[in-house]
Amino acid sequence: MKRITQLCTMVFLALTVPGLALAAGGGGAPIVLVADTRKLDGIMAWWANLYNESHLYFTILTIVMIPTIGILFGVLADIVMHFIGLDLKSRDLAEH
Amino acid sequence: MEWLYILMPIAGVKIFWPGLVILGVGVGIIGGFFGMGGAWMVTPGLNILGFPMAFAIGTDIAHMAGKSLIATMRHGKFGNVDYKLGVIMIVGTVGGFEVGAQMVMWLERLGSVDKVVRYIYLILLFLIAWMVFHDVNKRRMKEKAAKAAGQEVDALATGIEWHKTLHKIKIPPMVHLHVAGIYCSAWLPIGVSFLTGWLAGILGIGGGLIRMPALIYLLGCPTHVAVGTDLFEVMISGLYGAASFTFKGRTELVAAIVMLCGASIGAQVGTVATKYIKGYGIRIAFGLAVVGCAVSIAMKMIGSAYKNLYQAMDIASTVLILGLVFGMSAYIAVKMVQGAKAELAAKKAAN
Repeated sequence: MKRITQLCTMVFLALTVPGLALAAGGGGAPIVLVADTRKLDGIMAWWANLYNESHLYFTILTIVMIPTIGILFGVLADIVMHFIGLDLKSRDLAEH
Repeated sequence: MEWLYILMPIAGVKIFWPGLVILGVGVGIIGGFFGMGGAWMVTPGLNILGFPMAFAIGTDIAHMAGKSLIATMRHGKFGNVDYKLGVIMIVGTVGGFEVGAQMVMWLERLGSVDKVVRYIYLILLFLIAWMVFHDVNKRRMKEKAAKAAGQEVDALATGIEWHKTLHKIKIPPMVHLHVAGIYCSAWLPIGVSFLTGWLAGILGIGGGLIRMPALIYLLGCPTHVAVGTDLFEVMISGLYGAASFTFKGRTELVAAIVMLCGASIGAQVGTVATKYIKGYGIRIAFGLAVVGCAVSIAMKMIGSAYKNLYQAMDIASTVLILGLVFGMSAYIAVKMVQGAKAELAAKKAAN
């Protein structure tokens, strides 16, 4: 146990000491990105344009789409697992 | 082979889409099984596939919200989610996260945010790993002692029992958390969630990696309930995070949706696997995942401390993370298939 503690201490020192000697850099000004829509068409172009025009609308679209897709896949999996015959309503294992 | 690549309209990079699906499946399995978002696995994976780091983080959080929702739905059906506990903990998590985020800003002004965050992360991961294996060891000793006395250890027995001491705190209001089977002061889950939220805020992670063991060892949740309740929290924080990152323009929604296709399958597999693997099996696998994560961060620290080792350490830590995702998800998937087969065979025999 003593050897393991010594080993851990040595590894910890080897990792931390050089880092302490270095000065870490700070943050910078926020960068605004613009999507290049020149090569895009159809839904992708609409998507990228929406991003360029309003991050707010793009955010609303994202937080509506993500849960909707999640629920859709969840219901689909329910149907498949029910078809296979797995019991998805109870868990027999009783262990802490 | 051009059809295997898809142009991401926002980030403007061409990405190997089967890689997104594979990464989604792997992290979906692990997330559904351990009750965490798995940002420490996905973000470097997305970065390797070609995303700039900010987009890797934003895209990961967006897909995490959807994946956690699927897994929470499934855990809810098994009775693994204590919604009351989850809602109480959100109070502390949000408060703690805000304080943590403010501390990051303060550390940034001091110019020491990078090193402080990495050290805290490393120490925390080693502490969690020690806690898990110390608990497993203590429980094994209990089993041995019971065996020597010609008895069998109780199925609900645990190794570490810190929660029993914490439950003695009787500051009102007291709450009865029926699904978790806990009766304690409401200040205990609020305090624990504040602490875990604070750490998550400082480290810039979802917090599942810290909250899951905290729910087990500090609150006394059964492992399955800890996994389910944690996913409920990850889902909510993931949605908030997705909104925040998207508003800042750093989410590639196309990639998040492609990943979600894989993660939705993975999350189902991981969640159903908790039905067939015992609580301590989950704890041991979790401990191993934490050790892997800690080692990968240690490698990155060695790389940044000794510049001549930077490239080698970067590659080694990436290989380790991806190997860990593959190994863990393969183990969980195999266990899930074996368990499902046994369940179906037992059903057939009973009819």
